[in-house]
Amino acid sequence: MAQLIINHDQCIQCGLCVAQCPFSAMSMDSGKVETNAACKMCRICVRNCPVGAIKIEEEKTIEIDKTQWNDLLVYVEHDNETIHPVSYELIGKALELAKPVKMKVAALMAGRNIKDLAEELLYSGVDRVYLYDDEALEVFRVDTFANVFEDCIREMKPSVCLVGATTTGRSLAPRVAVRFQTGLTADCTSLEMRENTDLVQIRPAFGGNIMAKIINTKCRPQFATVRYKVMDAPEMLKEKQGVILERPVSEEMKKSGIEILKVEKKAKVSSIEEAEILVVAGSAIKDEKGMEMIQEFASLLNASVAVTRPMVEKGLGHVNQQIGLSGRTVKPKLIITCGVSGAIQFTAGMKDSGLIVAINTDPNAPIFELAHYAVVDDIYALIPQLIQKMKGEQK
Amino acid sequence: MRIVVCIKQVPDTQKVKVDPETGVLIRNGIDTKMNPYDLYALETALRIKEKTGAELHVISMGPDAAKAVLVEAMALGADDAWLMSDRRFAGADVLATSFTLAQGIKTIGDVDLILCGKQTTDGDTAQVGPAIGEVLNIPHVSWVRKLIEADEKGLTVEQEMMDSVAHVRLNYPCLLTVEKGIFEPGLPSYLKMKEARKKEIHVLNMDKCDCRDAKRYGLSGSPTQVEKIFEPTYDLSSVRLDKTTEENAQALFEKFVELKVIEGGK
Repeated sequence: MAQLIINHDQCIQCGLCVAQCPFSAMSMDSGKVETNAACKMCRICVRNCPVGAIKIEEEKTIEIDKTQWNDLLVYVEHDNETIHPVSYELIGKALELAKPVKMKVAALMAGRNIKDLAEELLYSGVDRVYLYDDEALEVFRVDTFANVFEDCIREMKPSVCLVGATTTGRSLAPRVAVRFQTGLTADCTSLEMRENTDLVQIRPAFGGNIMAKIINTKCRPQFATVRYKVMDAPEMLKEKQGVILERPVSEEMKKSGIEILKVEKKAKVSSIEEAEILVVAGSAIKDEKGMEMIQEFASLLNASVAVTRPMVEKGLGHVNQQIGLSGRTVKPKLIITCGVSGAIQFTAGMKDSGLIVAINTDPNAPIFELAHYAVVDDIYALIPQLIQKMKGEQK
Repeated sequence: MRIVVCIKQVPDTQKVKVDPETGVLIRNGIDTKMNPYDLYALETALRIKEKTGAELHVISMGPDAAKAVLVEAMALGADDAWLMSDRRFAGADVLATSFTLAQGIKTIGDVDLILCGKQTTDGDTAQVGPAIGEVLNIPHVSWVRKLIEADEKGLTVEQEMMDSVAHVRLNYPCLLTVEKGIFEPGLPSYLKMKEARKKEIHVLNMDKCDCRDAKRYGLSGSPTQVEKIFEPTYDLSSVRLDKTTEENAQALFEKFVELKVIEGGK
């Protein structure tokens, strides 16, 4: 197996490797450098040792025959009525990845009475849909769905399996990946295909402060879960293309240790800290009518409404919606401030937001200093126009 | 009845940086702590223990220093602690980690229930729990937000799904990953910490495992490799929109479409 070899005769005990190791995996005990179980084999010590005293002994791996594993398989998530948009995004990405290596894209669907949904997929550009339609698959149970997934992979032998990084996807994918003794990269935000069909997967770690580039060169299929709203859905075709392959669900596949007693639809969360998108109403909004406009704008964006402190004082907002030093701290992916000047007491509570769009009439408003998009305009003129455009898109 | 809680030692902060010259994670003065999500798994186990009189074990994989989190877990009420520690476990990805932990759980023996936090704060994958379930060939439920019932035979739990909540029943042996907030975790008292430090921690290396095939552990047993780590770059250049309202609205609208934030839009 691969392991670090430290040549203690060459080692000058400079301590550089101990100091640089990102995983605290090296220590110098009584003048001798040792590694421990925290080592991630990142090879930083090997590269940086000034006297070349650290070497890595690579194991000779048996290369698998990658030509035996072809095409990409997308796991399609749905609720027996509608297909989850992340699945189309995965198909879009898969089609893009497939092109340079001349592969095709297949989809896997499991559920009950979902032939119509499978038909819909034929407008997305997939080559074939593996359809498992059975009463036992009406609700998601991780064991039965893993059995179906396994069955499909055994037949198809895909090079890549893509699964949405949703609650079900992140529960299902690890089980199937373990079943095939292969690697799985969670929550990818970027994917690229190499000529040799190795998939380059980029994912965030440490709460998004670090990005890691991950590859799986020795196993197939390559499993990745991909975040929702990161990839682009494909252009829908005018005519159907591809075939539906109906596959039987055996008694063995239906066996489950999980009993679903009931499923309840969830009420929408309203806490501003949990919102991915926030629309903030500031002092430029004078009355209830203005708040109604903000509310309409927010609902078209599927956003929650937050306010500044003066708005709470004026009774136009609730304290639970207040951002700032005396309110809540938020970090949504997108925040749109409407008529907020941007006092430090406010910005302290939102400066780490992903994308900041600020709308204000004053071209010198402090909020513009941290905005990615500084819109110098009157909210009472701009927002109604935006609402019009967004409503047009909905139709 | 026997419960095992899987815990991990993680850096105390997520604000880590990469040295732009060496491509190395800068970890100067970063302390470690128990993965915060694991505290909820441990608290859940303590509640079940209270009800059923179960025996509670904690397990971790890591270097000797990881004993600190096992001591903390014992101070909080775990009966016994196990550390999977071996140079040959180094470089493990999800597959090798779940395999190694499963080996430890097999060594503990006769385990009815395994509990994990929903994810760690360093890796953020949320995969190791379900993967352990698969290695041990037992069912699992992820994202459990409420324990409805725990009896001699099994559990009834509430599972958090994207747009819904499912009530799920499963019999032992099984595995759960629990959401933050399922119960409020307690704090270890000074006295309990002092007592816990005196307790023995079982250290298992590969030779003490059922499977002694080195190819299944550490880097050798890991299909995925990290090629590179880097800090994300954001486009910080500010765009100023100060044309006519019509033009400003159009530019913002196009941005919203690009960001896929408009309901019903593509």
